[in-house]
Amino acid sequence: MTTPALVVSASPHLRAKDTTPRIMWTVAASLAPIVLAGTWFFGVSALLVIAAAAAGAMITERLLGKSGSIWDGSAAITGVLLGLTLPAGLPLWMAMLGGAFGIGFGKMLFGGLGQNVFNPALIGRAFLQASFPVPMTTWPTVGDAWWSLRGDNFAFPFTHPVTLDGLTAATPLGLLKFEGQGTSITSLLIGNTTGSIGETSVVLILLCGAWLVWRGLMNWRIPVAIFATVAAVSAALHAVRPSAPGALFMLCSGGLALGSVYMATDPVTAPVTRNGRWIFGAGIGVLVVMIRVWGGLPEGVMYAILLMNAFTPFINKGTQPRVFGTGRRAPT
Amino acid sequence: MLEKLGFRHGVHPPERKELTSGLPIRRMPFPGEVVLPLRQHAGKPAVLVVKKGDHVERGDPVGTADGWMSVPIHSSAAGTVTGVEWWPHIDGTMALSVRIAVDRYALQLPRPRLVPHWEGLATTEVVKAVQEAGVVGLGGAAFPTHVKLVPPANTRIETLLVNGAECEPYLTSDHRVMVEYPARVLYGVRVMMGALGVSRTVIGIERNKPDAIEALRAAIPTDLDVSVLPLTVKYPQGAEKMLIKSVTGVEVPSGKLPASVGVLVQNVGSVAAIAEVFETGLPLIERIVTVSGRGVHTPANLIVPVGTKLRDVIEYCGGITEDAGQVIVGGPMMGLAQANLDAPVTKGTTGIVVLAQSEMRGPEVYPCIHCGRCLDACPVFLNPSALGEYAMRERYEDMEPLHLADCMLCGSCSFVCPSNIPLSQLFSFSKAGLRKRKAAVA
Repeated sequence: MTTPALVVSASPHLRAKDTTPRIMWTVAASLAPIVLAGTWFFGVSALLVIAAAAAGAMITERLLGKSGSIWDGSAAITGVLLGLTLPAGLPLWMAMLGGAFGIGFGKMLFGGLGQNVFNPALIGRAFLQASFPVPMTTWPTVGDAWWSLRGDNFAFPFTHPVTLDGLTAATPLGLLKFEGQGTSITSLLIGNTTGSIGETSVVLILLCGAWLVWRGLMNWRIPVAIFATVAAVSAALHAVRPSAPGALFMLCSGGLALGSVYMATDPVTAPVTRNGRWIFGAGIGVLVVMIRVWGGLPEGVMYAILLMNAFTPFINKGTQPRVFGTGRRAPT
Repeated sequence: MLEKLGFRHGVHPPERKELTSGLPIRRMPFPGEVVLPLRQHAGKPAVLVVKKGDHVERGDPVGTADGWMSVPIHSSAAGTVTGVEWWPHIDGTMALSVRIAVDRYALQLPRPRLVPHWEGLATTEVVKAVQEAGVVGLGGAAFPTHVKLVPPANTRIETLLVNGAECEPYLTSDHRVMVEYPARVLYGVRVMMGALGVSRTVIGIERNKPDAIEALRAAIPTDLDVSVLPLTVKYPQGAEKMLIKSVTGVEVPSGKLPASVGVLVQNVGSVAAIAEVFETGLPLIERIVTVSGRGVHTPANLIVPVGTKLRDVIEYCGGITEDAGQVIVGGPMMGLAQANLDAPVTKGTTGIVVLAQSEMRGPEVYPCIHCGRCLDACPVFLNPSALGEYAMRERYEDMEPLHLADCMLCGSCSFVCPSNIPLSQLFSFSKAGLRKRKAAVA
């Protein structure tokens, strides 16, 4: 019998089907309906902004990452997610810069995939928010044809973008905070309200998230913890002080759905233990309500997640699982 | 409330037992040569008692036990000792081994011997007979069986747990033993219960073997308190601590033996081997091996003389296919990939699995993304993600408080890891590294 070259490797010699690139690309693909909805509501501008953010992220990953790391799909997710959190009228160079900053500063500086402390997409967004506060809070209205352009996407880098006043509006959270004006829950659920490209359609985000959970690619504890905490805390506040928004409005407005389902669940920056994930989600929920109700900004999901990201190592340390045969369950 | 029977976590690898689960056990013809390593069991290797040129009959000792934690090795065929050499061992090292040219014309009948009638024997004599027959755990670890028959002082065994879980994919040797030799299994149970003074026995079998469950249930004698318990099909159901948890609901305390909760676990094949000692007087010189996998032409369950080279067994099964990529001794979850097919079948060889290239793990490794799947897979609730990060930085001391010692290297974490990180290999390394560092300090 002639023996072919035999491979010698360590056991186990079988492995489960899901690989890291497969998980990443599936999560990226699950964003497609949200991207399409964003384009429907905010025109081709939305698609352009997302593409620019993704390009910025992926080019930076290609330049600074290990060879081939662009194909693991994580940079694509970061770019598309960042794009979904931006206003559709943002100049494309800003979106691209945000993507580059998110990957370069938020991920590569820490050592690449798996090493970063903060969610890279949110690092990119926080950078843009700090650098370009006006374009980042200029929200185009919904309702125009999906092939139209909004705002000033093609502004030349480092020039002041031109915005046409009549075509912008405040987000539901801004309307409530600064003008005391409510928005119908139905619009919030469907998504025909102003806001970031991908945050408006709560129903669609929940459906995409549910599909990922069903596929076993997303951890459901974090979003459930966030939703439960936001609902509980805001309901309690509303009971004490009726001027504070109710639980349902809190849950359906702003970036809460997108942030909870797609950003807080980023496995790299969230705790790895089951109990840790509950705590992490609850922390985000409390912070979101605090920032929205008492903070100077109408929205707080981004900072809430980034703050809790910083606590992740401590939460992990404090929630190590009980080892088999130890603790109260083991006979002495 | 009664705690649900079963164990938490674990994984579901593809079972692929249908390749051989319906095939009756066949006897493989004697090979031209057998090679008997003196180290086939946990504990001290046997002491050589033959030299080049000696003639041995089938069943004659070639090595004797070196103290309590050791068993003798017997020749599995009549023939002539052609040398005592360092020979490839299935664990990847070289081992001092006795090469025997099998006598082609011998009848291969063992020398006439007295069969001990166990009922008249004192426990110590039963234990001695088991040791002299060279019986070890046939589930893979090859722990000397007679040592288990003498539980540590100030523990009392109340339940004998016979392990028929066979949770490794592909393997069906225990399955076939239970289907074809239920009476022998129960005779072994009777001997063990007598020797240990145990009144209750539970035979745990995964639900994917309904014919084995039925066969054993039908064979239970009326005078023995023996029950057959169907178990959830989940890896590693056959791990000692998992099995005990599934059957009794009790967790064996970390760092303690099963005896501390009054249980003794014995593999079903070993129980049958004990029975054989008292039925035929023959020592452990052959065993049932599952030869399976997409890389082998004719999968089979075979009675193989210990010492038969892997090459001869595979050749008897029609050889390996064009696209074969890996030969594994044992199951694919914990078995050892072979580099040299001249290594012989040992007492602990449960199976030979030949994987096709398309079934093998790829070499590409990605960084840990902290997805937490390993935490949900680990049957002893460790944090393989954190342990792996320490292991890669060789921070073994930091792994101790995270219960590295409780890891049993079942491979569930590596199996689920989407980044293909060789976690259980890292932990095996870390355990050795930690031992070495402690020895250096002491």
